[in-house]
Amino acid sequence: MSKDKKLATEPAAGAALAAQPVKEKRESIWKDVFAGIVSNKASLISGIFILLLVIIALVTKFVPGVLPYDPYAQNLSESLMGPSAAHWFGTDIQGRDIFSRVLVGTQITLTVGLAAVAISLTIGVLLGSIAGYRGGKTDTVIMRVMDMMLAIPSILLAIAIMAALGPGIEKAVVAIGLVSIPEYARIVRSEILAIKENDYVAAARVVGDSNAAIIFRHVLPNVLPSIIVRATLGISTAILDAAALGFLGLGVQPPAAEWGDMLGRGRNELFRAPWLMIFPGMAITLTVLAFNLLGDGIRDGLDPKARKR
Amino acid sequence: MLKYILKRILMVIPVLLGVTIIIFLITRVLAPDPAPVVLGEHATPEAMATWRADNGLDSPIWMQYINFIVGAVQGDLGMSYYTHQPVTAEIAARFPATAELAICAIIVASLLGVTLGVLAAVKKNKLADNVSMLIALVGVSMPIFWSGILLILLFAGILHVLPSSGRVTPLLQPTGGTGFFILDTIMRADWTALGDVLIHLILPTLALSLYSMAIITRMTRSSMLETLNADYIRTARAKGLKKGTVNIKHALRNAMLPVSTVIGLQFGSLLGGALLTETVFAWPGIGKFAVDCVLKSDFPVVQGIVLLVAVIFVIMNLVVDIVYAYLDPRIKYGAKEEG
Repeated sequence: MSKDKKLATEPAAGAALAAQPVKEKRESIWKDVFAGIVSNKASLISGIFILLLVIIALVTKFVPGVLPYDPYAQNLSESLMGPSAAHWFGTDIQGRDIFSRVLVGTQITLTVGLAAVAISLTIGVLLGSIAGYRGGKTDTVIMRVMDMMLAIPSILLAIAIMAALGPGIEKAVVAIGLVSIPEYARIVRSEILAIKENDYVAAARVVGDSNAAIIFRHVLPNVLPSIIVRATLGISTAILDAAALGFLGLGVQPPAAEWGDMLGRGRNELFRAPWLMIFPGMAITLTVLAFNLLGDGIRDGLDPKARKR
Repeated sequence: MLKYILKRILMVIPVLLGVTIIIFLITRVLAPDPAPVVLGEHATPEAMATWRADNGLDSPIWMQYINFIVGAVQGDLGMSYYTHQPVTAEIAARFPATAELAICAIIVASLLGVTLGVLAAVKKNKLADNVSMLIALVGVSMPIFWSGILLILLFAGILHVLPSSGRVTPLLQPTGGTGFFILDTIMRADWTALGDVLIHLILPTLALSLYSMAIITRMTRSSMLETLNADYIRTARAKGLKKGTVNIKHALRNAMLPVSTVIGLQFGSLLGGALLTETVFAWPGIGKFAVDCVLKSDFPVVQGIVLLVAVIFVIMNLVVDIVYAYLDPRIKYGAKEEG
């Protein structure tokens, strides 16, 4: 009798103990993320750069008249003017100020990057959790569908989805979000396979926690470090994909300013007006570079072993 | 080993069937009716109905899918809505251009990537390491089409030393043959044409290889660093072997196993990059063709190209897995235990 009682209480105590460290662990994860960013000069500069982009996006959206020129207003008398004191990045074929358009383009780039990652993250984490936690046939079916999606190059899949849905920024977000789902599902599944064997998960199961509660309370917090790193790097992939769709004419509708779309439209004037290609391209590269460096810094913070390598 | 290979080959079939279902759902269920796009907005409803019937689009979707699969198994992927040529012929005419570009790109990416990666690992935390890592970082951060545009601007627009588009000067184009221009010109001993083909290949190859090169550099560096810390390397050094010999003969050979996997997988993803590179360089391959066909709703061609790319991707994965299993006995035995 006493042995049975001991067996019944031990896991419950284990679960209670497990709940406490998880909360602390969650707080310490964000501390590690911050420490990772601050301890690495490149990732700190990248973080500041991204913060600056967010401020630019918000200010250009909500403070009218802050830009030197209206980014959408055509002025054919100033068509294709090179960089000058009046127009720092020159003008496009319709005489619009490229500097203003690059600044206002941060809105679309950041929105697409974050929204697309939000979609792939939510669905990918959900599918990966179910596959990893349930195992068996559910796992096989979900992961085979992920394999099928991975067998098609993501940009080709995104182009096909965009062609079916029609152009538009919301549709680009959906297309880019959908094609990245398998990456998140795979990462989460493999982490969960390792984590679910831990004692504290068994303990939670014994005290009667539902599967959803176990996944959200005990398993996902432990997968969080991998997800944070992947999501940061995922934003840069999403920005690159969005720029590619824009470049091919499948992204935004005119006159919206999007960096990839600006490159696509300026291509015919490449030799006559190279500034049409240089500045939006630099904006994409620097933004993607910043998210990549930030992701590296965060990884260093969360996985000190990576720093040594 | 044979059982493992058979098991992996059998797993390919459901993946490819799934790919056809995904692309069928996108092009035939999600996509709007292609009739007004192909025939023009002003076509009469009767003309559109006849066109749909001619192209088998009036039957239920499951029937269309079965017809597609039955045809695909026999090598018939349907007809292009525009050229009315078989999709297989349209793809076959353009595939060598893409394959030639992708093969050149993976060779360049591997050579440069492994060299930079080894240099970075051997000279860890020194200038060579920092420069290699910077190149790798910029390589993964630059949009593939933008690097192409910059190369065109510099080498064609400013220096005027390399052509900005196309595969070959039209007058020198080899006709007939395999469609692989390097091979065709060598077989005919037409060295002028070969030089012209190679010159046209330089910029698109560089643009396409940049991303893969960056990935290979990073992988080689981390794999080399891991190997350089191994006990047998220390032993080799303790025996008094020269540093270069240890680095190349002992470390690099062992570090190449994971690197070769990445190279294999990169070849598949290069085909995705080819879509954009070919558009920038007006390269007459399946990448540019796929983009054109998607934009004008030529869905039989899109289905065919996606299927072809998926087949190549899956085969590359299969080859990588089998080679890895052959080189790393743990995988073989794992499969044996499972089976």
